[in-house]
Amino acid sequence: MASSMEKERRLEDILPENTLKTRVPQEQVERVVRPAPSRYRNEISRYIVHRSQDCRSCGKCLEICSYGVHVHKPGFKYFGEPQHHLCVGPSCEKSGRYCVAHCPTGALQIRENPMYRALGDYRWTADLILATWKMAETGDVPDPAYDYDYECGNSGGGFDRLRFKFPEKPPVELDESEIDTSITLNRRGDGRPQVTIDVPWYGGGMSFGSVSNVTQLSKARACVAFNTFTCTGEGGYMERMRPYDDHVITQVATGLFGVREETIQRVPIVEFKYAQGAKPGLGGHLLGDKNTPAVARMREAVLGISLFSPFPFHSVYSIEDHMKHLDWIKHINRRALVSTKVSTPTDVDMVAVGSYSAGTHIVHIDGGYGGTGAAPDIAKKNIAMPIEYAIGKVHQFLAAEGVRDKVTLIASGGIRTAYDIAKAIALGADGVVIGTAEMVALGCVRCSRCESGRGCPRGIATTDPVLAAKMDIDWGSQRLINLYSAWHKTLKSILRRLGMRSVGELRGRTDLMMHLDYTDEGTTNT
Amino acid sequence: MPDKYHIKTQPVPPRRPRIGKHGVVDWREDCARCHNCVKKACVYDRYRQEAEYIRSLHDVEALFFDCMGCFSCVQDCTKNLLRLTINPEYEKLGNSYWKPDIIKTTWLQAETAKIPVSGAGYRGPFTGKGFDSMWTDMSEIVRPTRDGIHGREYISTSVDIGRKPQFLEVSGRNSTSLPPLVSIPMPLIFDLCSPVHTLPELDLIIEQTASDTGLIAVMKSNYRPAREDHLENIAFCLGPDDSPVPEDILKKTRLVEISEGPDVAKRITSIKTIHPDIVVAIRVELTESGIARAVELAGLEDVEAIHIVSDANGNELGSDNPRFIKDMIRHIHTTLIDSGVRDEITIIAGGGIALPEHMAKAILCGADLVSINLPLLIALECHLCGSCAPGAVCPARLEDIDFGYGVGRMTNLIASWHDQLIELMGAMGIREARRLRGEVGRAMFFENLEEETFGKLYGKRKTA
Repeated sequence: MASSMEKERRLEDILPENTLKTRVPQEQVERVVRPAPSRYRNEISRYIVHRSQDCRSCGKCLEICSYGVHVHKPGFKYFGEPQHHLCVGPSCEKSGRYCVAHCPTGALQIRENPMYRALGDYRWTADLILATWKMAETGDVPDPAYDYDYECGNSGGGFDRLRFKFPEKPPVELDESEIDTSITLNRRGDGRPQVTIDVPWYGGGMSFGSVSNVTQLSKARACVAFNTFTCTGEGGYMERMRPYDDHVITQVATGLFGVREETIQRVPIVEFKYAQGAKPGLGGHLLGDKNTPAVARMREAVLGISLFSPFPFHSVYSIEDHMKHLDWIKHINRRALVSTKVSTPTDVDMVAVGSYSAGTHIVHIDGGYGGTGAAPDIAKKNIAMPIEYAIGKVHQFLAAEGVRDKVTLIASGGIRTAYDIAKAIALGADGVVIGTAEMVALGCVRCSRCESGRGCPRGIATTDPVLAAKMDIDWGSQRLINLYSAWHKTLKSILRRLGMRSVGELRGRTDLMMHLDYTDEGTTNT
Repeated sequence: MPDKYHIKTQPVPPRRPRIGKHGVVDWREDCARCHNCVKKACVYDRYRQEAEYIRSLHDVEALFFDCMGCFSCVQDCTKNLLRLTINPEYEKLGNSYWKPDIIKTTWLQAETAKIPVSGAGYRGPFTGKGFDSMWTDMSEIVRPTRDGIHGREYISTSVDIGRKPQFLEVSGRNSTSLPPLVSIPMPLIFDLCSPVHTLPELDLIIEQTASDTGLIAVMKSNYRPAREDHLENIAFCLGPDDSPVPEDILKKTRLVEISEGPDVAKRITSIKTIHPDIVVAIRVELTESGIARAVELAGLEDVEAIHIVSDANGNELGSDNPRFIKDMIRHIHTTLIDSGVRDEITIIAGGGIALPEHMAKAILCGADLVSINLPLLIALECHLCGSCAPGAVCPARLEDIDFGYGVGRMTNLIASWHDQLIELMGAMGIREARRLRGEVGRAMFFENLEEETFGKLYGKRKTA
């Protein structure tokens, strides 16, 4: 980024005067992991520690537990509520530090939490949610003692059945500091800035309206820390995002909400959204309840009515029309890279090549199982193919057309973990876009109620001022920085185990993976 | 602009307590009675509603289960006294095919008539059996209809039942006389309900719903509608032993169904002598021989429409290793294409159509339209508990339903299905339900995608 920024500074003379005048000092955020415990009093746990009345408060458990589960505040006679979520469960017995076994009065019991079953779903299992929370809290992968199965979900296909075939010993011994995870976003060689991001992912478009101000800003701050990008979505460009302009992608979607020349000129990347994986072919949905005064003002719409973006762009019915749009953006913002976000129909490969010929820098394909703030259930499940099928298809077709190295292929729609990122890259993408995982890090339980009423009861995907106040920006940014750090470490360790110096080497290496449905071996080391 | 097909709806609340997926268990013991109790902070105000509900009960027949599962109260309670659980009553709904979430979403649609919309991405398995192993396609930029959500009024969901000649013979002024066609505004008819589901007013409610929605309900031959003008929304089903329908009544209907048999041609002729403008559909049960028979019948000159019916779960009848309705439709459809007669006859497929996406997918696989019965019952809050014995207590108290409620709920469901069909067709860029039939170019099948993607890389798939 540094070099691109220099170039950009030289390019300042081509930035229009307005943009220069309104440009605000850019905020810096440190890439430092700090503990960010749950903002809820009772973190959901896998096990429940039960202390009966036989407890004599001898303190043996406190002394023996390696995880800090038991709480005895000084000056109190009795033990406090245990930190259930820190308990690793009965498997602790092997360690010889199992409180239940050591309690002299047998007052302790550890049981599986019945609530555990109520959390999560096929794609985001309870383990995956809890592990993501742990990562967001500590900035590191969860202790193996917790035995979270967090590398994939339980959907029975795609990423969840793909595994890496790690060699017993890496072919080259590398130190993790030697491993480069950055990717470059401009491969066209067209004189526009060589924007490089430090990690092979950036944040997905979430509009103001679908999520709160605080959520958007937290995402932006984490992206600054990791020198990557966040995206405004199609709901307009908040003034409060201006200190992060250099790390913002602004979206031009079919509704054109809040899109002005001036907002397009602020950013290094402009994204054209043709479709979204969760509701391909339908256009954005913001139900009336969430169209609050602030949202209506931003979108220049009438308060309280449901806002459905049209589909498709009514000025784009061909690649030539698309090119006209890109040229328009490129003309307005002469330093911008252009990304084209499309969904995954059968002919997604053609669309990708078409977008490339129209002049896009980034082809962003969003698979059918992607996240959303509101979409018809029938669309989420049934329209367009899952991303796992589309990545390889597009990658190979771009290669066959001889343009693979001239365009950056970004995949999204169901990327939940660092392993998913690595798998997507091994299938042929250059990088990924993430969304839901960030929401989970901020405390989402995937209750699927983002769409109506006051919005998210957890204060993430809401514009209700009272609910949005449940979260503050520092905490939110820290959770995301922690999650990013944990992912960054995991990704580096994957590359180290494969003996790769850069994430670019992993691209298209399907030979390093196996699909469990195509093998006789049951499971293997992942 | 001509009148558009529009179903009038209004919300019809459930009669019975809602059976939600989640419930909160409250231990109470050790409660500190703090002034900032999380129960007051419930975003959905469920605790107050629960208290009101309990106050309104005369006897405890069902607990209050309408929690939205956001975990907020559970996680904020000062003393950690609350637990969220999955409602066991919810898990008991339906069966292995008609899963609880299908029942729940059907109830919701019957209540509100709206398309279910929710936040967060898809939650289910990657793929599944039957209809879950295919996806509908969409068109990104080049769209045959150039309409998005704002152009929906241009999408037609009408289909025709009847025989369609491949070409017209025009010689002078005497052109071919066209065979009768029954046009209905949506690719859906109501099939006979299973005899175990006989309720006092069920047929009357279905009759009224068919009339209100402009669709057709298949009824037993001895059924007599409440109003004569409803006869055009009724198709009598004539089994071999059923008494014939009086001529004056039959003449007022547009479609009739006869069960399959060796003398179908003769029976068609005899019906046509009474009422030449009626369309006769032949009902064929999808057993192994039934599938062959359907193909054979389609080749006969007198046959206009075939109604193929599998069991309620979409499985082939009388087989230990049954094929699924989707595959049977594809088989029949492609066989008829090969023999060059597909365009001439209409295929109605029934069994296992549980959700509006199944309707669209069955049509993509090659049916012209589908028939449903169980979703109509579920609209009345049926649990599909399968214990409909005389004297047994129905958990949904179906015997008490009132006519207006029943019609309202069923109509809402149909309206919601119609809107969802348009949603899918809009995304597919298909303007007419007639052109959806067999349009596999707008469908993607799991086995093909899997083979193209992973099969190429990793060889043969080992897991079925």
